[in-house]
Amino acid sequence: MLDVKNICVDIAASDGRVARVVDGISFTLGEGETLGVVGESGSGKSMLALSIIGLLPGVARASGEILLQGESLLRLSEPEMCAVRGKRIGMIFQEPMTALNPAQRVGTQIAEGLIVHGEMTHAAARTKAIELLERVRVPQASQRVDAFPHELSGGQRQRVGIAIALALRPELLIADEPTTALDVTVQKEILDIFDELVAEMKMALIFISHDIGVIGRIADRTLVMLNGKQMEQGPTEKVLRRPEADYTRMLLTAMPRRARGHLVAGSAEARR
Amino acid sequence: MLHALAFRLASLLLTLFVISVAIFVVLEVLPGDPAAIMLGTSSQPDTLAALRSRMGLDQPAILRYFTWIGGIFVGNFGTSYSYGVPVAELIRDRLTVTVPLTLMAITLSLSVALPLGVFSAARQRGLTDAFATFYSQVGIAVPNFWLGLLLILLFALTLGWFPAGGFRGWSAGFFPAVQALVLPAIALAIPQSAILTRVTRSAVLDVMNEEFVRTARAKGVTRNRALWRHVVPNALVPVVTILGLQISVLLAGAVIVENVFSLPGMGRLAFQALAQRDLIVIKNVVLFFATIVIVVNLIVDAVYLVLDPRLRANA
Amino acid sequence: MTDVTAPAIAAPRGRLSGHLRLAAGAAITSVFIGIALLALVWTPENPGRLRILQKLKAPLESGLLGTDHLGRDVLSMLMAGTINSLSISLLSVLVGMSIGTALGVAAAARRGLFESVVMRICDAMFAFPPILSAIMVGALLGPGALTAILSIGTFMVPVFARVTRGAALQIWAREYVLAARMAGRGGISITAVHVIPNIASHIIIQVAIQLALAILTEAGLSFLGLGVPPPTPSWGRMLADSQTYLQLAPWLALAPGLAIAFAVLGLNLLGDGLRDLLDPRRRMST
Repeated sequence: MLDVKNICVDIAASDGRVARVVDGISFTLGEGETLGVVGESGSGKSMLALSIIGLLPGVARASGEILLQGESLLRLSEPEMCAVRGKRIGMIFQEPMTALNPAQRVGTQIAEGLIVHGEMTHAAARTKAIELLERVRVPQASQRVDAFPHELSGGQRQRVGIAIALALRPELLIADEPTTALDVTVQKEILDIFDELVAEMKMALIFISHDIGVIGRIADRTLVMLNGKQMEQGPTEKVLRRPEADYTRMLLTAMPRRARGHLVAGSAEARR
Repeated sequence: MLHALAFRLASLLLTLFVISVAIFVVLEVLPGDPAAIMLGTSSQPDTLAALRSRMGLDQPAILRYFTWIGGIFVGNFGTSYSYGVPVAELIRDRLTVTVPLTLMAITLSLSVALPLGVFSAARQRGLTDAFATFYSQVGIAVPNFWLGLLLILLFALTLGWFPAGGFRGWSAGFFPAVQALVLPAIALAIPQSAILTRVTRSAVLDVMNEEFVRTARAKGVTRNRALWRHVVPNALVPVVTILGLQISVLLAGAVIVENVFSLPGMGRLAFQALAQRDLIVIKNVVLFFATIVIVVNLIVDAVYLVLDPRLRANA
Repeated sequence: MTDVTAPAIAAPRGRLSGHLRLAAGAAITSVFIGIALLALVWTPENPGRLRILQKLKAPLESGLLGTDHLGRDVLSMLMAGTINSLSISLLSVLVGMSIGTALGVAAAARRGLFESVVMRICDAMFAFPPILSAIMVGALLGPGALTAILSIGTFMVPVFARVTRGAALQIWAREYVLAARMAGRGGISITAVHVIPNIASHIIIQVAIQLALAILTEAGLSFLGLGVPPPTPSWGRMLADSQTYLQLAPWLALAPGLAIAFAVLGLNLLGDGLRDLLDPRRRMST
């Protein structure tokens, strides 16, 4: 469904030098599959995600090929890309604190995607927003829909972020470190929600994290990145149990031994 | 939220108290003999004594202060020495010029500054940006009274589109009255809009880099919609702040501009009272101006609560 | 309350433009300082000399910039006016800066009730734009340099107080100050040794900006007749006098106005440039 071929992202620094932050990444993703992208800060994971959804910063340029159901995304014009975003590709960001507009009620923000893509009226969109809040397990959804972001907890805000991304039932969902800024107990709940929704909606999911434990839990396949390059790619269980690249091994050994054990035992594939 | 408003109100009253005391001290206590100041050096002892008793100068200062303040609460600002009419009346008449003038200036200023600031931020390094930068630098450097003179030279004396000064009153016709206020309003608006353009541009640039703008774009929201529906509403807070602060500058500007255009407003009243050394009028007019500034700041604080819901929680 | 450094909101970014602004600002300001210094010893004509027969001559007809309604040479008046504008602004800013800074750093050092009272007084002072103060003071003292300096200076005190307090508070929160306090250093000592050197850049920037404002305000006061009285030449009064002859002799209005505008522009650019140099990413906050 998603075919990424040799993506490179170059960033022009203010002094004229060009830095290549993503260097030749390729992967494919089928319907209902989850790809985990793991790497440390600066590995280029976020830039990769932004290049797929077409929201790279102005100083960055992407090259290569991104095919969504056979359609080349990099060749689309901005208005065409706006039609794709939200409707066919959804994205969730890392910081729940800053990812929501502080001056707008959360219901309005969830409904905006529906309205912008011409799907429904304001009233219908509001109803759908409440429905979505219930889907992501926000209690008292019919009241919370009128809340402002600062009135919600971090976990709730992240759920709102998920609701926003899912509103139009996109084929592909990209989650950029969605649990990194959350407490561990809340992390678990969010990951459960991801599991449910992916299974239910048969979405393809790209889940980015620097936490290999989380990747192990949620991803079918894993892509390990370092300095923009692919270090390793393969089924999660294989990458975690029998890593081929030294870097992957290093990431794994950085985890406490007990956790590592749980990690492999509880991986998504093993659960299936 | 009621707490916060009550607190602010109390704050305001306290500040007004301090200000009124300051004015009183400067104009009535420090000079020693305000009546002598008002009448000048060549005054007759009889007139001096008469004025003294009329102003109640034989009474202790504190009593005079409270009489003054008490009077204000019931709308009695005393009687002008030079005009012979109650100051309240004078102020009321003059306000019919100054208030419309100030409102026109603010409207003009915002209508230029907001779009210019937003567009120059959205199209950085473009022509609009260059123009906006030039405009803001030059606009804040030119004195508004000079602008007034230039406007008179061009639009009144040379082109004849507007009067070169004077104001015949609203009763003489709505349009002529507005016409008389246009040039002065422009003179006031230009420096103000220069500052506001800069502030708007800066605020919009800041907000444009916030995460939630990316979230909006990821939904499929176009750049334009993101700009006007997400960025601008959040960027308004600093703009409103500065606008509030500008009120005192605007009023000060009105004093000068009214003199340039010979408009019978509050500013000209203050100036004429100065020329006549009419301390009674000066006292009340200055207090009035200061009150306006403080009240406007209170309104600005209230507007914040509307613009930024986060503040409501803390309030 | 709200951030008072209103004209001090960051100007458009870009390193090149920052240096350009600093250079341009410094150049323009130097030119004016140079003119003022020159005018102290020489001007083309005596600016006070009345030559009624030569009145209202156009530029180049009599003198480089013409003559006014009393036959005085405009160029000479302009040059002499520079002395007036610069000296009054400088004195006002010095007054405002010294008192304001003292209050600001003291407030930051003492905190508590003292700080609240000082800030409250500053809020009250903000309600008095220089024109209003000048009207009050002018009614008592009459027009003159002292009136101008007092009125303008009074308004500058809260500006400097706010800026220095804000900057000082940030310094107080720094670790080396905490260390100094642990070591037993007193407030005055810390202020002198740590706080002031570190906020010096903020003060310098604010001085440049407020000088610009002071020149503008002084011109306004002179325009209303509240500045230095004749025969001392002043740009503001030149503009006031020019109004009657606006159509006959427009150059009388153009020359002083341009002088004011350029002087203010130069100082503003200087202030902006200094800020970009000393404070590239940070905003001044209260």
